[in-house]
Order: sequence, then structure tokens, then C-alpha cells
Amino acid sequence: MAQQLKQLGDSVLWTKLDSAASWARKNSLWPMPFATACCGIELMAASSSRHDLSRFGSEVMRFSPRQCDLMIVAGRVVMKMLPVLQRIWQQMSEPKWCISMGACACTGGVFDTYSVVQGIDRFIPVDMYIPGCPPRPEQLIRALLDLQDKIQNTGTVHFTEFAKRETPEGPVVFEADEIARIRNQDRMKLSLPIYNPRH
Amino acid sequence: MSCKDNLDKLLPGKSRTWTKFKDQDRVIVPAADLTETMRTLRDQCSMDMLVDVTGVDWLDYEGAKDRFEVVYCLLNVESGERLVVSVMLNEPDLEVDSMTSLYKSADWLEREVYDMFGITFKGHPNPKRLLLPELFAAFPLRKDYPVQGRGERHNFPVITRAES
Ligand code: SF4
Repeated sequence: MAQQLKQLGDSVLWTKLDSAASWARKNSLWPMPFATACCGIELMAASSSRHDLSRFGSEVMRFSPRQCDLMIVAGRVVMKMLPVLQRIWQQMSEPKWCISMGACACTGGVFDTYSVVQGIDRFIPVDMYIPGCPPRPEQLIRALLDLQDKIQNTGTVHFTEFAKRETPEGPVVFEADEIARIRNQDRMKLSLPIYNPRH
Repeated sequence: MSCKDNLDKLLPGKSRTWTKFKDQDRVIVPAADLTETMRTLRDQCSMDMLVDVTGVDWLDYEGAKDRFEVVYCLLNVESGERLVVSVMLNEPDLEVDSMTSLYKSADWLEREVYDMFGITFKGHPNPKRLLLPELFAAFPLRKDYPVQGRGERHNFPVITRAES
């Protein structure tokens, strides 16, 4: 046996399964761009040719949460948007991570008004915070590299990072005709069609 | 003939306050006369476009006698003449006739005024909030509403790492 292993020489690499899985994950992060304001422009700049986020294995921006494992919240989130943000976060499959980009996403920034959420970390978990208004693309790349370190150091193939989970189910899926049903209910409630002034 | 003379001739004997600012006529009418005035302006003075409906809260303003003002900006598309019609309202009677029967554009504009000031429009076809969430409980552009809100933005469930 030992003799055979020796013969394999450099063609085999030894590692732990955990670290191999983390290595694969960290180098193929698929970001979900949740860009609601000006920071989104920097996010676009980061993934375009000059700064080229794809050098770090993270270029596949997907607009379906089912395909993503990294949510980048770039911009301020208002009260009306927060339920959407939470739903999208819950729709993403595990393992998943979240970057909060810019002063607004981290703390609400200058928008301390009645409708702007003062930091998304009050309502969803966040792994990396990027300061700045807006942060430069380099800062986003730095955050991505730091996140890769974090994934390498903490990730396990058995998902023990999620072991404490008590309620496994995500958002309740819509039934086939549910959306149509809700619309019909609304129609009765509001006596739609909307353009029917009573006069 | 300007709208001002026209209106005084067509609807004489009504109480109306005219003011002028930078060559622009403004008139304050009692809430009860609003529909009649607007109808006359539309049909006989060719004010064919309702450009904007908005509100003002005059709370604690020096010299102000009434609390709320609803402002209607009218435009005669052909001649370019403009007129600002406003109505003064006081609590608890914050209701004024809806202009949706005269101008279609009043629909969303009035909904926005309701959203921000809590002024209701009698006869509006769809009297709902326009911008804020349905469950929002206050009217944020009133001057007695705190800039940072009354905690509305904190009433959401918190999703933790363990349960998402
Ligand atoms: S942090 Fe600055 S750049 Fe980013 S969304 Fe807020 S205001 Fe815009």
C-alpha cells in the first residue's frame, strides 16, 4: 500500500474533506445583487472589466436567489422593501453569506427618517460590512477576499455552522393558483378595475 | 381675459381670497365651493390640466389661522396660463371633495395627499395609501410627526442565522 502511494507521487494532493469543500465554495461564490440605490453602481463597476470581480471567482451575478449563495445588499432598504429582502434571503439555498455594502445598508447612513431601515443587520444576518458612501470597488473586492478567508476557516462539509437551526423550512411556497386567488380577493375588496370612478 | 376676472364674473358673490405672487394668481376658496369652482374653471375658463395636488401643514407657522391647506395647480395648456386654487381645512373635519370626476390626474395625487397628511377625499374611487405600506399607522408629513418616525421601521420579524 505504502509503496503504491509513493508511486503516485505529486499527482495526488492530500487535504481534509472540509477544507476541500470550503475551497470549492469560496472560489465560486455566486452573488445575488440586491442593489437598491447608488451603491449598486459601484457594485456594477466592480464586476465590469476595469475592476473585474471575476478574477476572484465571483462573476456570476444571478438574479434568481435560488442560484446564489452570496447576497450583496448595496444601497438603502426602506420599510416597504424589507419584507422583500427577507423573503429573498430565505429563498437562497444554503450555505449562504451576506455582504452589507455601504453606509446605508450597514447603518441607514444619513437617512435617519421614518421609512429607512437603520442597518439591515437588525433583520437579517450579515457576514461582512463595507464602510463608505459609496465604497470603492476595491473595498468590495477586499470584502470578498476577507469573506473567502472566513469561508475557508469556518466552513465544514456537514454544515455544522447551521447546526443550531430549529425551524428548517423556508418561506411557504405559493400554491399553483394562490396568486390568482389573492388578486381576485383584492378585486372584490377594492372593487377593481381601478379606473372606474363612481360618477 | 384672465381667469380671475372670468371667475368673478361667472360665480359672483362667493367668498374668495385672491393673492398674487410673482405674477401668478392664487385663490383660496371655501371647501364647500371647491367642486363648483373647479368645474367652472375647467369648463368655462379652459383650465384643462390639473398639474398637481399637494398639501401644506401650517402648524405653528407665524400668522397662520388654519392648519391644513390643499393646493391644486391648474394649467391652461393652450395659453399657458396657470392658477393655484387652495382650500383651508381644520381638524377634525379633514375632508374635501375629490376632483377625480373632473380630472383623472387627481386620482394618484389625492391618494398621495391622503398618504402624507391624512386628508380624505369624498368620492374618491380608490381611497388607499399610495406610497407607504398599507399598515402604516401615521401621516408622516404632518408637522407634529417626528422626523425619525414612531418606531414603524422596527416592527419586522428578525431572521437569524439559525432559522434562515
Ligand atoms: S452609502 Fe452612499 S452611495 Fe451607498 S446607497 Fe447610501 S447614499 Fe448611496
